Amino acid sequence: MAEVKTADTVSHELIAFRVGAQEFCVNIMSVCEIRGWTEATVLPQAPNYVRGVINLRGAVLPIVDFAMRIGLPSTEPTARHVVIVTQINHQQVGLLVDAVSDILTINDESIQPTPDIASELVKEFVQGLLPVDSRMISLISLANILQTEEVLAA
Amino acid sequence: MTTDPMAAIRATFFVECEEQLGELESGLMAMEAGAADGETVNAVFRAVHSIKGGAGAFALDELVRFAHVFETTLDAVRAGRLQAAPALLSIMLRAADALADLVRVARDGGTVDAERIKGLAGELTALINPVAGAVPDAGTDMDDFDFEPVMIAETPAETKRVWNIQFKPHAELYAKGNEAGLLLRELGRLGEMTVQVDSSQLPDLADLDPEGAYLVWKICLTADCEESAIRDVFDFVEDECELEVAGAAGAEAPAEEAPPAAVPAFDVMALIGNAQEALRQEQPPPATVAVAQTPLPAALAAAIPAADAPPAGEAMGATIRVDLDRVDRLIDLVGELVINEAMLYQRSIEAGLTRASAVGIALEELERLTHEIQDGVMAIRAQPVRSVFQRMPRLVRQVAAQTGKQVRLVTEGEGTEVDKTVIERLADPLTHMIRNAIDHGLETTEQRIAAGKPAEGTVRLHALHRSGRIVIEVADDGGGINRARVRDKAIQNGLIAADAQLSDEETDNLIFLPGFSTADKISDISGRGVGMDVVRRSVQALGGRIVIASRPGLGSTFTLSLPLTLAVLDGMVVTAAGHTLIIPLGTILETLQPREGSMHALGTDLKLILMRGSYVPLADVGAALGFRSQPEESDGVAVLVEGEGGARTVLLVDAILGQRQVVIKSLEANYRAVPGIAGATVMGDGRVALIVDVDVMVNQTNSAVRAMPMPEPPAVSERTLAGVS
Repeated sequence: MAEVKTADTVSHELIAFRVGAQEFCVNIMSVCEIRGWTEATVLPQAPNYVRGVINLRGAVLPIVDFAMRIGLPSTEPTARHVVIVTQINHQQVGLLVDAVSDILTINDESIQPTPDIASELVKEFVQGLLPVDSRMISLISLANILQTEEVLAA
Repeated sequence: MTTDPMAAIRATFFVECEEQLGELESGLMAMEAGAADGETVNAVFRAVHSIKGGAGAFALDELVRFAHVFETTLDAVRAGRLQAAPALLSIMLRAADALADLVRVARDGGTVDAERIKGLAGELTALINPVAGAVPDAGTDMDDFDFEPVMIAETPAETKRVWNIQFKPHAELYAKGNEAGLLLRELGRLGEMTVQVDSSQLPDLADLDPEGAYLVWKICLTADCEESAIRDVFDFVEDECELEVAGAAGAEAPAEEAPPAAVPAFDVMALIGNAQEALRQEQPPPATVAVAQTPLPAALAAAIPAADAPPAGEAMGATIRVDLDRVDRLIDLVGELVINEAMLYQRSIEAGLTRASAVGIALEELERLTHEIQDGVMAIRAQPVRSVFQRMPRLVRQVAAQTGKQVRLVTEGEGTEVDKTVIERLADPLTHMIRNAIDHGLETTEQRIAAGKPAEGTVRLHALHRSGRIVIEVADDGGGINRARVRDKAIQNGLIAADAQLSDEETDNLIFLPGFSTADKISDISGRGVGMDVVRRSVQALGGRIVIASRPGLGSTFTLSLPLTLAVLDGMVVTAAGHTLIIPLGTILETLQPREGSMHALGTDLKLILMRGSYVPLADVGAALGFRSQPEESDGVAVLVEGEGGARTVLLVDAILGQRQVVIKSLEANYRAVPGIAGATVMGDGRVALIVDVDVMVNQTNSAVRAMPMPEPPAVSERTLAGVS
C-alpha cells in the first residue's frame, strides 16, 4: 500500500466490492483470491466482526464480516456472498462482502482525501475516495482490519 | 533465502560442521567408554579432517590450524602409535570442545580464548612428540602415551617395510573421473612396487558393463613410509573403493598370493575411458554403498560381531540433505490428502454407497494408502534424539568443572526417534535439567563419600517410547529433593502459607513455581533467576508433561513425556452447544454418562461430580468457551481429563461423535491465540474444528477449588496457594 505521491504516472489496480449500497476497493496486490462463502466455525471470545474460521486448502483462515467491521449492520451470508482472501502483513484474512463489482485502474492524483467530518471508525479504514463515473468508491487500508491488540483488549 | 551463493555454501558448511562435531564427540565418548573399534577412530578422524578441509576453503585460518594439530594427533591414534588412554581422551574431548567453539566463532563472530586454544594445541602436539622421539617430554605423566606396538605390526625401527595393498575400485570411482592408473602411479612414488591385476571377475565381453568396475589390483610396496602415507594416496577415493593395507610379515614379495591369471598389461585406460562415456546407465552394485571402506582394524573388529558396539554403520547410512521447507510442504500436502480422502468417503456415504460396494472397497484401499503415506512423511521428520543428547556430555564436563563435582553421564536410548521440531525445542529444557541435576541434585564429593556413595555422581539421561509418546528421564543419584528446605523457601518467598499442609508430592512440585530457587547462594550455573518453572512451561508448550520422583538420599528423577510429533494428534470428536470440538485423547482418562443426582453445586458457579468416591470439578465446555451463557441442564456426556501436574476435571459435552487422528493447524498463523483453544483442524466435511486446550480448562476449574500450584499467571498461583491455609 506504499503510495508514491511524486510520480504522476503511478497507477494502481484495485478490486472494488459492494457491501450493502456502498462500494469499496482494495489494492489488487493484497488480494490472494476470491472464493464463495462457506460456513465458518465460530471462535470463542472473538470480536463480533470475526465470523469464525474456514479451511483454505489446509490453512485456517479467519473471516471478517466487512460490513460489521466498518460499523454497518451484519451480513447474513448466502452462497452468493464472496470472501476476498487478502494478505495483511504476514497473515491471510478473508473479508466477507456482498459481491465483487469491478477492477479499476487509477492514478494517485484521482484519489481524494477522506473528509474530516467522517467518523473515527471510517477514518481508520478509509484511505481516500475515488469518484468513478457517478459512483463513489472508498479506498480501504487493510492494515487495521484485524488488529491483534485491539482484539485482545476487546 | 540468501542470494549470495557463497553464503549458502558457507551455511551448508556450518550445518555439516555441527554434524561432524556431533560425530566427533560421540566417537570420542565411545572411545572413552572402551566401546570403540577401528571404524570409530576413523570416523573421529574424518570428522576433524572434514572440518579442516571445509574451513580451509573459507580461509578460516585459526580453525584450520587447530584442526590440523588435532588431526595430526588423531592420525597417530588411528595408526596405532598412540593408545587411547583416559588422559589422552580427556585432552581430546577438551580439544573437541575447543574446536566446537572455533566453529561457532567462525560462524557467529566473537572471540575465543586464544590462550586456551594455544594451550590445547600444545598439549595435542606434546602427545605425539614423544613418539617421534624428538622431544622427550619431562615431568608430565606421558607414559600412558608411549609408543604402542600391539595393534598393528608396525616396526618403525626398520626403515624399509613391505606393504600388501589390495585396491578394488567401485564403479563410482570411475564415474567421478578418478583414474586407477594415476593413483597407482602416485603410490609408486612412495617406493618400489609390483602391481598385479586380478581380472578374474571380468565377465565375457557380451556381459561386460562398459562402466562397471571389475578389476582388483594387488600391490606389493616396499617403502619407507607409514600406513597413513599409503592411505593418503587414496584419500579422495576412500569412499569409492575397497582398500586394504597390510604390513607383510617378511620382506618377500607375496608372489604366491597373486592370482594365476595376472594380466598386468590389460588396457586399463581404455576401460576407464569407456566407463566415463557411459556414466548414466550405471546401477551401482548395492554392496558398494554400504561397504565404503574396509581398513584393517575395522576388518579385524568386524570379525567379532560386537553386540554392544556403537552403531557406527548407522551414521554412515546413505542419506540426503533436504530443505526442511520442502518436507513441511509435503507434510501439509499429505495432510490435505488425508482430509480430501475423508471428504470423499463422506460423500460416498451420502451418495448411498456402502463399504462393500466397489467404490467403498476402493476408498478403503485409498484410505490405507493415504495413512501409510502420512506415516511415511511424518517419519521423514523424525530424528533420533542423539543430536540433543550429544550436546550433553560437554555440558556435564563444564558444569562438573564449575561445581568441582565428579560426574558421570550415562545416556541411553539415543536412537529414539521424535519429530525434529520436538528435538529442537528439547535442548533448552534438557540443558537446564541436567545443570540442575548436577548443581542441585548431586552432593559434593565429600558429602557423597560421607554418605557412603561413590565419589563420582551419576546423571542418567534415558529416552524411550511409551504409548505413543517419547519419555525422557533425567535421573541423578544425589540426595533427592530436600523437602524441608523447599518448604522453607516457598514460605519465605510467600508462595505458600506458613501452616500449609502439603503432601510430599505437592512439596516437590513447588520447585516448578515461578521465582523459586533452592540454591542457598545464587550460583553461576543454575541460579540466573530462571528455574524449573521455565522448564515446565517450555515442556507444556510442546504438549508435554513433567513429573518428579524424588527419594531422600537416593536421588531425583525428572520424567518428561512429550508427543512424538507436533503435527498430528489423536483426538476425541465431541459436540458442545452445537459446535464440533476435539479433545486430545492423551488427556482423557475416562468417559461416562453422569447419573441423575451425581452432580452437586458448590458455591455460586462451581459444580462437582462424584466419581469413584471423590469429587471432581465439572466444566461445561460450551459455557467455558462462551458458546452458550448458561450451562445446560441436559443429559450430556462427562469426559474425565487430566491436565499437566495431574489435576483432574470433568468436561461436560453434549455428545461424543467418535475418535480420529487430526492434523493440527495453527490459529496463530492467520489470527491469534485463543484462550481455551489449543489449535484447529480440518474435518472430513472440510470444516474447521477447534481443539480444546485441556490444560487451560483444568486450570480454570481447579484454581477455584484446589491448592495445586498453577504455573501461570503467577498472581493466580499465589492467591490459590495462599488460600490453602
